[in-house]
Amino acid sequence: MAWEIVIGLETHTQLSTQTKIFSGSSTRYGAQPNTQANEVDMALPGVLPVMNKGAVERAIRFGLAIGATVAPYSVFARKNYFYPDLPKNYQISQMDHPVVIGGSLSFFVGDEEKTINLTRAHLEEDAGKSMHDDFVGPHGESSTGIDLNRCGTPLLEIVTEPEMRSAAEAVAYAKTLHSLVMWLGICDGNMQEGSFRIDANVSVRPVGQKEFGTRCEIKNVNSFRFLERAIQYEVRRQIELIEDGGRVVQETRLYDSERDETRSMRSKEDAHDYRYFPDPDLPPLVIAQGWIDEVRASMPELPASLRARFVSDYGLAPVDAAQLTSSRALATYFEETVRALPAGQAKLAANWVMGEVSATLNREEKDIADCPVTAASLAALLGKILDNTISNKIARDVFAAMWLGENGGQPEAIIQAKGLTQINDAGAIEAMIDKVMADNATIVEEFRAGKVKGFNSLVGQIMKAARGKANPQQVNDLLKAKLES
Amino acid sequence: MSQALYTFPSLASLRQALQTRQLSATELAQESLAEIDRTRALNAFVHVDAELTLAQARQADALLATGNAPALTGIPIAHKDVFVTQGWRSTAGSNILKNYVSPFDATVVTRLLEAGAVSLGKLNCDEFAMGSGNEHSAFGPARNPWDHQAVPGGSSGASAAAVAARLVMASTGTDTGGSVRQPAALCGVSGIKPTYGAVSRYGMIAYGSSLDQAGPIAPSAADLLELLDPMSGFDPRDSTSAEFCNGVANAPGRIRADFERAQQQYSGGTAGQPLKGLRIGVPREYFGAGLSNDVATAVESALVQFEKLGATRVDISLPRTRLSIPAYYVIAPAEASSNLSRYDGVRYGHRADQYSDLEDMSGRSRAEGFGAEVQRRILIGTYVLSHGYYDAYYLQAQRLRRMIADDFRAVLSAQCDVIMGPVTPTVAKQLGVNNDDPTADWLADIYTLSLNLAGLPGMSIPCGFGAGASGAPLPIGLQIIGNYFDEGRLLAVAHQYQQVSDWHQRIAGQK
Repeated sequence: MAWEIVIGLETHTQLSTQTKIFSGSSTRYGAQPNTQANEVDMALPGVLPVMNKGAVERAIRFGLAIGATVAPYSVFARKNYFYPDLPKNYQISQMDHPVVIGGSLSFFVGDEEKTINLTRAHLEEDAGKSMHDDFVGPHGESSTGIDLNRCGTPLLEIVTEPEMRSAAEAVAYAKTLHSLVMWLGICDGNMQEGSFRIDANVSVRPVGQKEFGTRCEIKNVNSFRFLERAIQYEVRRQIELIEDGGRVVQETRLYDSERDETRSMRSKEDAHDYRYFPDPDLPPLVIAQGWIDEVRASMPELPASLRARFVSDYGLAPVDAAQLTSSRALATYFEETVRALPAGQAKLAANWVMGEVSATLNREEKDIADCPVTAASLAALLGKILDNTISNKIARDVFAAMWLGENGGQPEAIIQAKGLTQINDAGAIEAMIDKVMADNATIVEEFRAGKVKGFNSLVGQIMKAARGKANPQQVNDLLKAKLES
Repeated sequence: MSQALYTFPSLASLRQALQTRQLSATELAQESLAEIDRTRALNAFVHVDAELTLAQARQADALLATGNAPALTGIPIAHKDVFVTQGWRSTAGSNILKNYVSPFDATVVTRLLEAGAVSLGKLNCDEFAMGSGNEHSAFGPARNPWDHQAVPGGSSGASAAAVAARLVMASTGTDTGGSVRQPAALCGVSGIKPTYGAVSRYGMIAYGSSLDQAGPIAPSAADLLELLDPMSGFDPRDSTSAEFCNGVANAPGRIRADFERAQQQYSGGTAGQPLKGLRIGVPREYFGAGLSNDVATAVESALVQFEKLGATRVDISLPRTRLSIPAYYVIAPAEASSNLSRYDGVRYGHRADQYSDLEDMSGRSRAEGFGAEVQRRILIGTYVLSHGYYDAYYLQAQRLRRMIADDFRAVLSAQCDVIMGPVTPTVAKQLGVNNDDPTADWLADIYTLSLNLAGLPGMSIPCGFGAGASGAPLPIGLQIIGNYFDEGRLLAVAHQYQQVSDWHQRIAGQK
């Protein structure tokens, strides 16, 4: 039987406010346990929550960025459940009236553009952390430690419709969302520190069936790679289960990256009754249109609009434009490079930024913001290709030297110092061609007899003789002319 | 020279003595401490710390010596143990917080301290303010100074008892369903519950967050003004506190200005009829079955007195008064069940000695730490919020709540300026009555609950005596209800009555 995969994602994004969502303590990551939890975070008797305006502002930003409705009226509700790292034993969240409703996100899966609708995004507070494994109590006994530093960190939970149909789509959506929240400056995107946490709702159904299958929620996926593998494992598990005559039970499953499998955490039967009700300590969140307009005016150009502009202004392929707008810094780098080049050379810049620059950054595990080769230097290097000073291939060697900061990272100086200037003198090139043709009489003869395959070998030997500096176009043209004469 | 508090007829006269240095704040505090010690049988205080009190008193004396001391400097007060305090323990009358000391003061505590008041300590109350007789306290019941076998009312029972016995000149209380007005009535003192949002709830241990409001208890309306005005005001730490009250900034001075404006109006009226033009709404539902004769008679006499002062009486109807009981006993427990879930033995408060795992630890700690009435309300609250019951109970109760508020708005906008009636159906019951029928006490809250549901201000002033079960005369209160943020006028109206009556000057044990 053919199966269709159905995936919906819920993403907890930690908002980049300095202080917590309902208290004045710091949200900084990595401090000594419990040094960033005040009386409100610890839920001491008598404390009350006060809404952090910055968290709401970030939610508005997100809503505007995905074309959603920013609710003029939303309500905080209490989600009641007992857990030691949740000091009030209820979480302040939003249930019936979230702050962001609807919206959509578009992205590429391979060459295919895909748009996913969002259900909602709501504000809530993060819980603290329980340390069960490596915590030793005051008397040396194994114990559970509680760190409330994270408690009260603002979260925007972003929920999609169940519209994704493969693990690849889910990963592409997640990556796009990840870059968007960083683009907007509302989240630092650090997945290792838990700033961007994804839960996946996965189900399968026979192709053609309208009703959804029973879904499982997979938690604890803290990288895109794990997201892909967790979904793949879960899909396989569900299909095998059904094909073996079993039934999928609705449950929450934990992804174990070491064993690459999902494990049951709790089933629907022992799911909590959260007893949601409006939090009487917080009045409804009323967002005036004026505030929304203010936020809109302060928004950066969004990736979707930039992407469209790259296609229309620079003639880039949509998929390339999407890649170049995967982060604000990358897009800026690209555009600065293009602007420093003569008109009509955007494609060359795009190839270099997506090629050599991105590859080197990946290899060195660096971010574009830390790229040692500035957009201006890259443009200077590309200028040397355009004026035939060097070939594209030599330019890569020059780029490597620029990366290392040789000769002040200046392409001109590196080309001079290394004597890499291209040989464009036809006479000099012809002399080299003649010598190589004389040394390879057999290949020449075979070529003339119709075995054109030997051509590349001859070019290779000529370039080798020129130590790579001969103008490759000229080498091609002149060699061809001589062989065919 | 030492002088007992009861010899001062009002807070103003005590202030006069302090400001003119006829007596020192330290002497006064020592006298109060001694009196508290002598009246231990009342079980009014759950924590007294002479050192802390005397330190505040010495500071008050230093301020008084400068001749530039704030209005309440040196005035002995005490706080209901629902307000958290640095130094004094903060228990909410519960074993689960038996030894809890707060690292910060409630906003109300801070404001009264800044106004110069000297705190004598913490006052007994029903556990987490749940009760109407001060019998549900982990520290044992507080007693009514008029009859030690009678309850002082609740939940701010000891707040009223301590003022009635003049252990302090005034006290703080909290009112979620009548917990300031009802004990004030049963102990023969004055008490006011301001409009929801007038006073900060920060540092008030929460019971029913949408209903809880702090209010003072003192001998007279004029005395209440001296506490309520500095207590009130917007607090950025409480999102439900009002920034503006009918367009006026919510800050100390607002209520006093309203009071003085009303006073001025009344003094300019016809001689002997200062309240001419005031329309008093009398809800017929407040005088039905269940109201005892002595309360009905005392309230009726007070209404006649108001008519003599020039006011007119308007017959009004608040048809949903009876429904306030089920609405309140759904909403308050629902909020309480969530508010009280933080007491789990994990971070502070009582933790069971023996347990098998985390869940067992919380379960046992809560079972040991909470008393029966608190457990009852947590269970009810959990039930009404549960999946499948929420719509039938909680949502329905919220609908009723809106209708009850609408009824008040309608009469206050069209028919009358204030509403008057009884506070309680009877005088104080004897200790232990209804112990086997826990919800019987709930029905006696019928005249006070609807005010909290509507968020309106209301007060209780003494208006007579009735016969208690033991034969001792017990006080009766008159309830005066006003429109939103109309505290100043309420106090002024009550003050006019207290100019021509002396019920508020009767002191338990001194009559």
